[in-house]
Amino acid sequence: MSSNETEHNLEKIRKAHKILKEFSYELKPVVKGYNDRTLYINLATLEMKEKPVPAEMKKKFIGGKGFDLKLLWEAVNGDTKWDSPENELCIAMGPIAGNTNYPGSGKSIVTTISPQTGIPIDCNVGGHFGPYLKFSGFDAMEIQGKADREIIIYIDGNLGKIQIMEAPLDAVDSHVLAEQLHGMFAANEREKQHVSVVSAGHGAEHAWIGCLNFSYWDKRRKLPRLKQAGRGGTGTVFRDKKLKALVVKYSGLSGKSNNPVDMETLQKTGLKLHKEILTLDDKQCQMRTIGTAHLVEIMNDYDLLPVKNFRFGQHPEAVKLASWVWKEYFTQNVPDGCWFGCTMSCAHGVDNFELKTGPYKGHKVLVDGPEYETVGGCGSNPAIFDPAAVIEINFYCDTYGLDTISFGTITGFIMDCYENGILNKERCGGLEMTWGNWQAALELMHQMARGEGFGLIAGKGVKYMQKYFVEKYGADAQFLKDIGMHGKGLEQSEYMSKESLAQQGGYYLTNKGPQHDEAWLIFMDMVNNHIPTFEKKAEALHYFPVFRTWFSLQGLCKLPWNDIEPANNAENAEPNKVPEHVQNYVDIYNAITGAHIDKQELMLQSERVYNFQRVFNLKMGHGKRPEDYPPYRAMGPVTVEEYESRAERYDKLLQEKQNIDPKGKSSEEKVKLLRTYREAQYESLIDAVFKRRGWSKDGVPTVEHLKEIGMDLPEVLALVKKHL
Amino acid sequence: MKYLKTFPEKCNGCNICMSVCAKLYFKEDNPEKSAIKVTPAGKNAFALSVCNQCQVCVPECPTLALTVNKQGVVMLNKSLCINCLACVAICPSKTMMTWRGGLVPFKCIACDACAKECPTEALKIENKEN
Repeated sequence: MSSNETEHNLEKIRKAHKILKEFSYELKPVVKGYNDRTLYINLATLEMKEKPVPAEMKKKFIGGKGFDLKLLWEAVNGDTKWDSPENELCIAMGPIAGNTNYPGSGKSIVTTISPQTGIPIDCNVGGHFGPYLKFSGFDAMEIQGKADREIIIYIDGNLGKIQIMEAPLDAVDSHVLAEQLHGMFAANEREKQHVSVVSAGHGAEHAWIGCLNFSYWDKRRKLPRLKQAGRGGTGTVFRDKKLKALVVKYSGLSGKSNNPVDMETLQKTGLKLHKEILTLDDKQCQMRTIGTAHLVEIMNDYDLLPVKNFRFGQHPEAVKLASWVWKEYFTQNVPDGCWFGCTMSCAHGVDNFELKTGPYKGHKVLVDGPEYETVGGCGSNPAIFDPAAVIEINFYCDTYGLDTISFGTITGFIMDCYENGILNKERCGGLEMTWGNWQAALELMHQMARGEGFGLIAGKGVKYMQKYFVEKYGADAQFLKDIGMHGKGLEQSEYMSKESLAQQGGYYLTNKGPQHDEAWLIFMDMVNNHIPTFEKKAEALHYFPVFRTWFSLQGLCKLPWNDIEPANNAENAEPNKVPEHVQNYVDIYNAITGAHIDKQELMLQSERVYNFQRVFNLKMGHGKRPEDYPPYRAMGPVTVEEYESRAERYDKLLQEKQNIDPKGKSSEEKVKLLRTYREAQYESLIDAVFKRRGWSKDGVPTVEHLKEIGMDLPEVLALVKKHL
Repeated sequence: MKYLKTFPEKCNGCNICMSVCAKLYFKEDNPEKSAIKVTPAGKNAFALSVCNQCQVCVPECPTLALTVNKQGVVMLNKSLCINCLACVAICPSKTMMTWRGGLVPFKCIACDACAKECPTEALKIENKEN
């Protein structure tokens, strides 16, 4: 399309915008990292208002996910479903968010009641929206109610003006919509950098695995980039509210936008990490050249890369998806940070990628990623060892507003069911869902976006399909339970946890479901044997989930914590904690807020919110021990085929751990014996972890513990007392 | 490419260059705000530290605030700078400068003002190939 035609189309779309309600607010500077107010918008009543942030809210909930959960808690009741009008979509940042000195400081945290799990989901996402919203005047925004027509919310952070507008003609798919809106709300090319867009896509209208795309303008490519709030259906809730987009515009960003009390310490600490990254990244994780996709061959080597619905941990063809392959695809030597000042710069992109399928077939597009999770989920797990196919799946997931992790795990599950005769071509609406069939996988996704056929069923996730296949096709419920890789309704992310008991806990003893952002303990546990006892595993399953919660309280990215390490990190007593970087966080928090916390207080800040989220699950009718178990495939070999693929290892374990001589026993017998042992081990792990976390045997935080950590709000105590 | 070539063996440590630079760009006689730094390097010897226009910083800038002009000099557009200091961190010669309390980094733009005032001809604007 020529630029004249594009302009003409934009003008037509813009003219169709009709302002339904406008709200003006007083512009005030951020002080010590806080605005001390949040934004409330109701799409049904068109009410808009600011809400004060009391000192007590900052003390107990800090910011980011803490603020989100506090606002969401007040908005919903125990009967609220994801599509109830009172369910909210909350976006919050945190006091550290938006600083331009310390790498990884531009994250937004999204929460809502998830369509997949019925409990709060939280996603930590890059892009410019959150920091621009913050500097526009709000520590968080909550969107409640459902609109009766397609809506865009526009926040002008320099004028102090918010508009809810009808948006009938704008595109829905994110790569088109984001470009339209960056163009429409910027007065000129230079202003495009001051705009950020949140959007979903056609997939999110029909599937429960809808994600949100948070944009930032890439000045070099002259295109919007998209970062995903991927997990648990945030995009589904967004489209259910008839939201097409949130748009913010803010100019005036500087290193002082947070008005920190100690600029010098902030600069000094940021510079120290910049230098560390620039000096060491090439020798460590190569985030600047490859990003998280550098992990593929490492995971494959250690038997941790999911293959064929998590049956196996490696595959000879995995080399086709190795880091050097991605390095060739990714455009090099551009600063690919998803927020200013992030020299880790891991948000790589594939330029001018020509699509082979779907509504944009033949278009040459910019693809964000793929990152490791997408390669594992949409590549090795469904046995698609074709990098170009993975890139195409990645692209369509993003633009349709679908979560690549859930899509990958769902596709693996379907292909497993297909091979086992539970599904066939007819049941899949003509799709041959065989291993590696990327054309079928993509068509499944196009069906999700069109809201038709088998795609409609698949888009509801593994948990939904398990029930559906049992009821509709008489499938073996126990088998589907064993191979359905989800916890609490959320599909597992893309690491094999079979051989690491601690990681089974790291995935399934989580607040929102099996996502790797709480704890990644496989190397500590399985490779280095640093946490051999239940108590040590429990300590790790206390420390890391609590510590890592802090990133989402602050608007920080996890990656600059341990995907780069100081040169002498290994000399520390506890190198896995990267103590120097934890001290950096203490220092920059104090430098911005003027507080005087130490590492212990940092942990306490997180522990309060972590426990609050667990109690929130209780409020929603979940959150107890029975929901904290993995499917057996996450714990051990379900089938003879899996057992025999690592027979030597498993036979040795039977001998050493269970004192059972494997000789003369059939593989079926050995699968059962190993399972009995591993399930008992997991029970012991839960006991140890709950005890360490200050929870009852049933997984409910005790009154004493909540008082001890300072999360003893009356409504929280009242709720837990009903369950203790 | 135009750059300020240094001849440290000729330097007498008078610091006139630092004074000229800071006064020209910051209107104050403050060595911390000079884009050229003179530091002692032994008995009657001095090291001269100034941007050699290597351009390594340019691709690192997330806002395109750093560009190369027609003469090959790296220029910083202050209105685009968001103060992340990535350029400071990546500078191989440590000559993308900052001063305590300052937000925007600064650097030598080979303007020749210091060279003109140097009493020992330790500084000279020259051209070299990229």
